[in-house]
Amino acid sequence: MISAQNICGEGMREEAERESRRKSDGRIKIAAWVFLILSLFLMVFPLFVLVTDSFLGSREILERFGPVLAGTEGRAEFVLFPQYPTLRAYVRLLLDSPDFFTAFWNSAFQTGMVLAGQLVVAVPGAWAFARYRFPGKRALWFFYMLLMILPFQVTMVSGYLVLNTMGLMDTHWAVILPGIFSTLPVFILKKTFAAIPGEILEAAEMDGAGEMRMFLSIGIPLGRSGIFSILILGFLEYWNAIEQPMTFLKSEALKPLSLYLPDITASDAAVSFAASIIMLFPALFLFFSGQEYLEQGIAASGIKE
Amino acid sequence: MKRRRTLHRKWIPGWRSRSESLCQGRREWKGVLFLIPSILGTGGFIFLPFLDVIRRSFFRASGNGFVGLENYVSVLRNEAFLRAVKNTAKFMAVCLPLLLLLSLLAAVVVGQVLKISGILKTGFLIPMAVPAASAVVFFRLVFDRNGWLNGMLEAFGGEAQDWLASDSAFAVLTACYIWKNLGYDMILWLAGLSAIPKEQYEAARVQGAGEMQCFRYITLPQLAETGFVTALLSFINAFRVFREAYLIAGDYPHESIYMLQHLFNNWFTNLDIQKMTAAAVMLVLITGGVLLGNDICTEYMRRRDERRG
Repeated sequence: MISAQNICGEGMREEAERESRRKSDGRIKIAAWVFLILSLFLMVFPLFVLVTDSFLGSREILERFGPVLAGTEGRAEFVLFPQYPTLRAYVRLLLDSPDFFTAFWNSAFQTGMVLAGQLVVAVPGAWAFARYRFPGKRALWFFYMLLMILPFQVTMVSGYLVLNTMGLMDTHWAVILPGIFSTLPVFILKKTFAAIPGEILEAAEMDGAGEMRMFLSIGIPLGRSGIFSILILGFLEYWNAIEQPMTFLKSEALKPLSLYLPDITASDAAVSFAASIIMLFPALFLFFSGQEYLEQGIAASGIKE
Repeated sequence: MKRRRTLHRKWIPGWRSRSESLCQGRREWKGVLFLIPSILGTGGFIFLPFLDVIRRSFFRASGNGFVGLENYVSVLRNEAFLRAVKNTAKFMAVCLPLLLLLSLLAAVVVGQVLKISGILKTGFLIPMAVPAASAVVFFRLVFDRNGWLNGMLEAFGGEAQDWLASDSAFAVLTACYIWKNLGYDMILWLAGLSAIPKEQYEAARVQGAGEMQCFRYITLPQLAETGFVTALLSFINAFRVFREAYLIAGDYPHESIYMLQHLFNNWFTNLDIQKMTAAAVMLVLITGGVLLGNDICTEYMRRRDERRG
């Protein structure tokens, strides 16, 4: 009798425990949702505001944001949706500002060349680090890591000395060449390549594939998520480049969008939103079309080797 | 790092040492050929000129007068340098732990508690795609003296202040850094979390381990390496916050966010190459020292693990 009661009591206690766990699980879930929605809101909100405000007319912009952007009296008003939405800013920017086109083209050219160069330089480099052992590898890897960590400003003098000797200061190449030889993509890609199972390469070797063949027909296809992700990350980095063009370029005609935009904000607030949206567009487009690769690539650099 | 995997795989029965050596890389001199473009570039653009930087740091700007450590002394006595070092160190000390913790929390919420994937997850990465020059327009609208934040504060009876031209500029920059990098770090953590075998949790739960114990004894130790990479990449990204700082506040921002990057930039504009070279050499030595120290520690731990296991 007693033992039966005990069992009964235990059953009830278990039931109660499960009940309370379910309740606390539910509470945790709710808290997690609140956290998720709140942080996602914070992440996306600035972008949202920039997009909607790019449809503001120039008068509305001055009226509402004048105190911040143009130095008029009062406080900036908060606008979520323009009262009189218009595409005029875009039209003016696209049809009526040759400077903007020059800057856009400069950005596109500099970014494109850096990425093309990285494909030729960093991808095989990462393959060598991931797949081969050679004397001095550890020391070399150490220096690559060091170069990757040092901020641009520290290596800036070195870069300046070379570019100056080569007569490349104030040309596109002053921004492009140092970008190509960045060691960050090598670091990110190395783990992707190292994760390719050895058996595949072993089999290829037995079939008589040479070193180059293995790299081109196994390394590149299997490492494509990593390669795409260094391209996307590289794009975001150089599309956004501020330090390099600021120090190595003097002529206005060579300046990329990232330096043109702050100027335009000061002089012509009305088109600054539209300009920043147009600048943002390629980045966002690339980002959404490649998000899966980007995610995989970032993830690969973070897991254990 | 490499070796630890070996250790891990030793436990898997039937693991062949032949393929293991392939995994680690084959001893093959031809592999170096793949590295040649990269080595030539980094050598030509950074290594060799850096030797020149080292040489210059011991000389006077004009002529060839050898001055010994004079440039170094003048950098170390430079008030701006000391402030910039202090600010940069403070920024790292505050931002890195904050970002790592918040992104880990986000990863646990997204990956473990809610098990979300797809667009909701990717939403966290969007700030990365927003160019600094665009983001700054928004930040100015919010934090300007006449901006929205002050407008809101006044509406609720608070006191307006100049966020970007006072000590709070530091907090604004911190927020900007976290906004930009939270998603990137979250993805890194998520990858680390998903690499932990589920069976380990199940086994632990059967033996009566609670959530906290699972986290402490299973999750944390196996996240160590992810943590290292995440911290390293966040450290690198922390230097990039200069972009936003520069675009918001220019060459000479409020002194609470006057960083090493500003200082180097201003030295460069003033052609103060002597100070730049000396400071660059010191920074390289310090960074290299920390990196080497970390390498030695990892090596030591690996040896200890090996002796034990």
